[in-house]
Amino acid sequence: MIVETGHFALVLAFALALVQSVVPLVGARTGEARLMAAGGPVAIAGFALTALAFAALTAAYVQSDFSVANVWQNSHSLKPMLYKVTGTWGNHEGSMLLWVVILAFFGALVAVFGRNLPATLRANVLAVQGWIGAAFLLFVLATSNPFVRLEPAPFEGRDLNPILQDIGLAIHPPLLYLGYVGFSISFSFAVAALIEGRIDAAWARWVRPWTLAAWVFLTGGIAMGSYWAYYELGWGGFWFWDPVENASFMPWLAGTALLHSAIVMEKRSALKIWTILLAILTFSLSLLGTFLVRSGVLTSVHAFATDPTRGVFILGILVVFIGGSLALFALRAGSLTAGGLFHPISREGALVLNNLFLTTATATVLVGTLYPLVVEAISGDKISVGAPFFNLTFGPLMLPLLLLIPFGPLLAWKRGDVFAVAQRLMAAFGGALLAVLATLLLVDGASVFAALGIGIAVWMVLGALTDLAQKSALGAVPLGVAARRFAGLPRSVFGTALAHMGMGLSVLGIVATVAFEVEHITVMKPGETTEIAGRTLRFEGVAPVQGPNFTETQARFVLMQGGVSRGALISSKRIYTARQMPTTEAGILTRGLSQLYVSLGDETGDGGMVVRIWWKPLVTLIWLGGAVMMAGGAVSLTDRRLRVGAPSRRTRPSAVPSGAKA
Amino acid sequence: MTRKQKRLSVIAGALAFLGAATALTFYALGQKASFFYMPAELQAAALEPGQRVRLGGLVEAGTVKRGQGTEVSFSVTDGERSVPVAYVGILPDLFREEQGIIAEGTLRPDGVFAADSVLAKHDETYMPKEIADSLKEKGVWKDETAGSGS
Repeated sequence: MIVETGHFALVLAFALALVQSVVPLVGARTGEARLMAAGGPVAIAGFALTALAFAALTAAYVQSDFSVANVWQNSHSLKPMLYKVTGTWGNHEGSMLLWVVILAFFGALVAVFGRNLPATLRANVLAVQGWIGAAFLLFVLATSNPFVRLEPAPFEGRDLNPILQDIGLAIHPPLLYLGYVGFSISFSFAVAALIEGRIDAAWARWVRPWTLAAWVFLTGGIAMGSYWAYYELGWGGFWFWDPVENASFMPWLAGTALLHSAIVMEKRSALKIWTILLAILTFSLSLLGTFLVRSGVLTSVHAFATDPTRGVFILGILVVFIGGSLALFALRAGSLTAGGLFHPISREGALVLNNLFLTTATATVLVGTLYPLVVEAISGDKISVGAPFFNLTFGPLMLPLLLLIPFGPLLAWKRGDVFAVAQRLMAAFGGALLAVLATLLLVDGASVFAALGIGIAVWMVLGALTDLAQKSALGAVPLGVAARRFAGLPRSVFGTALAHMGMGLSVLGIVATVAFEVEHITVMKPGETTEIAGRTLRFEGVAPVQGPNFTETQARFVLMQGGVSRGALISSKRIYTARQMPTTEAGILTRGLSQLYVSLGDETGDGGMVVRIWWKPLVTLIWLGGAVMMAGGAVSLTDRRLRVGAPSRRTRPSAVPSGAKA
Repeated sequence: MTRKQKRLSVIAGALAFLGAATALTFYALGQKASFFYMPAELQAAALEPGQRVRLGGLVEAGTVKRGQGTEVSFSVTDGERSVPVAYVGILPDLFREEQGIIAEGTLRPDGVFAADSVLAKHDETYMPKEIADSLKEKGVWKDETAGSGS
C-alpha cells in the first residue's frame, strides 16, 4: 500500500509539474497576477509529492519489502539499517528519484525564498523548473520506475553491491546531486531572463546565492566521492580521471567560472551575455553528466544497469534542453544590452582571465571524456583516454591560473595597477620561494618540479592571507584599528580568501602525495616487520571476523617509530555472503596530515600475505582543502548582500521588458 | 594604443591561448590515447615498440601462476587466441579464472604482455563494456553475466 501511494504521488507530481510548466509562463506573458502566483504553491506541492514518493521507496527498503523489484535487486534482510536506507539511492531507479526530489526541493526553495523577486521573473523561473521536473519525472515513470512489484514476492533480496555498502553512499550522492541539480536554478534564471529579454545587475545578485550554494554542495560531493574511492577501492588513488568523475568535474569547473563572472555582472554590469551563456552551459554539463552516468555508454561503477531506452530518453532530454536553451540564447542574446567597459588590467580583467582558463580547461576535459565515444561511433576502434592525457592538457592549462589567483582579489575594479599589487604580494612570493628552497634542501630526492609545485601551493595560501591583511590595512594602521577593520570586512571577502586558500591546500596535498608518496609491495608473515618512509610496520596477525552480511579476514598492523608504537590499523578482505563477492577494505592510519595506507592482496600459500603499503604525505589536505573551499562558499553565502531573500537595496529600473507584454 | 587596438590585442591574446590549448589537446590525444584490443586483434595490430595499449578478454582457466612475491602470470583469451600476461602487484578483488579483465601495459618483443595495471569487474554481474561488446561480436558471450538491474 505504501509503495502504491508513492507511485501515485509520483504520477501526481508529474501532473503538477506540467501545470507548473505552463500556468506561470502564461501568467507572465499575459500579466495575469493570479496565474503567475500559482507557480509557487504548485512547486511546493510538487516537492511534497516527490518527497512522499521518495519516503515510500525508503520505507520499502527499510521494511525489506522484496515484492518491490527494485528492493529485491538491491537489498537484503541482513543488511545493516544504514545501508538499507542509503540503498534507496544506491541503484539507478532510486538514484533518479533522488535527482527528481532534489530538483523539486530547489523549485520549492525558489517559491519560498523568491517572494521579493519581480513577479514575472519568479513565474518564468518556476515554469522552467517545471519543464525540467516534468521531463525527468516522465523519465522516471516511463523507463526507471522504482515502484514495480514482483509476483510472487521472493523471500530474500540480492543485496546491494558491497562497494556501495559504505557511509560514503549516505553522503556522496546527495551532496553531488544538490550541486548538479542546484545549477538548474541558475539555468532557469538564465532562460527566464532570455524569455523576458531583460537582464540587469539585480539579476546577478539573485542568481549568485543559488549558484554559490550549488557550488558548495558540488565541491563537497566531489571531495567526498574522491575520498570514498580512495579508501574503498584499495588502490590508494584519489582521482582517476574516470569519465564519471569528469562528469561531475566539468559542471564544477564551469560553475566556478559562473560564480566569478556573476561577480563582474553584479558589481559592474558587464559580461551579462557571457554570464547567461555560462549558466546555461553549467547546467548543460550537469545534464550531460547525468546522461553519461545513467545511459550506460560508459564503463563505470556508477553505471548500475545498461538499458538503451534510458540512454535514448536522457539523450532526448539533453537535446531538447541544451539545444532549446542555446537556440533561445542565439535568438535573444542580441537584445540584451551590453554592459560596462573596463581596462584589461583590472579586477574585471582578472575575472575574465579566470573564465578563459576555466572554460578552456572544461573544454579539454569534455574532449577527453567524449573522444572515445566519438571514435568508437566513427571508426569502431575502442580507445581509452586516461590520466596521461589529462595530466598533459589540464595540468598546463590550470598552472597559470593557479599562479594568477592571488593577484585577482587585490586588483582594483575598472583599472588596476599590476605592479602595485605585485609589490603587496612580495611577502607571499618570498614565502613561496622559501618553501621551494626548503623542499629542495630538506626532502631527500625532491625534484625541481615537486618543489615548484609546493611553492605554488604555498603562494596561493599566502596570497589569500595577503588579501585579508591588505584589506584590513595590517601594518599601515595601528594593530587595534587593523583588527577592527578585519572584523568589519564583508563576509564575501573572507569567502574569497577561504576558497582560494582551500584551493591552495588541495594543491599542496596533491603535489605532496603525487611527488613524495612511497609505495611498497611485499609479502609479510605474522610477526614480520617492514620499513616504509623511515617507519617500521609490524604485521601482528590475522583473525576471522563475522559481520552482519559478510565474513572477513582482518589483518592487524602496528606502526613503530623508534621502538615505540604509534598506532595500529586493521586492513581486511571481506566476502559478502549474498553475492559471494570479495572486497578489500583498506586500513588507514592518519598521522598528522599524512596517512599510512595498507591494502591486502592474496595469500601466498606459505602463510604469507601480499601487502601493499603506501605512505602518503599530506594526503588529507586534498580533501581538507575541499572542506575549506566549501567553508569559503558558505561564509560568502552569509554575506548580507547575497543572503537568499535579502531585500534589494535599490529599486530596480522599471523598464518595460522587451519580450513580455507588461 | 587606441581603445580599438587594445581590444584587438586582448582578443588576439585570448585566441592565441585557445589555439595553444587546442593544439595541446590534439597532440595529447594523438600521444596518450590507448587502443583496446582483444588477443586476436593484438597479434594482428602493428604496434610501435613501447606503445601503451589495453588488452581485454577472459582469464584463461589454469594459467594463473604466482611467482616470487607479488609476481603473477596468466593468459588472456578471447576463445580464439590467447596472450600471456606478466604482472607485478595486487590483482583486483574480482580477478578470477574465466572472468573478464582489462590489462593495461605494453607488448614485449617476446610476445608477453607486460601489464602495469589490471582491472576487473566492479561486481559479479558486471562485465567491462568493451569486453562484453567484443565477446558478443565473437558469439562467445554467455548471457548469465548480463541482465543485472532490470
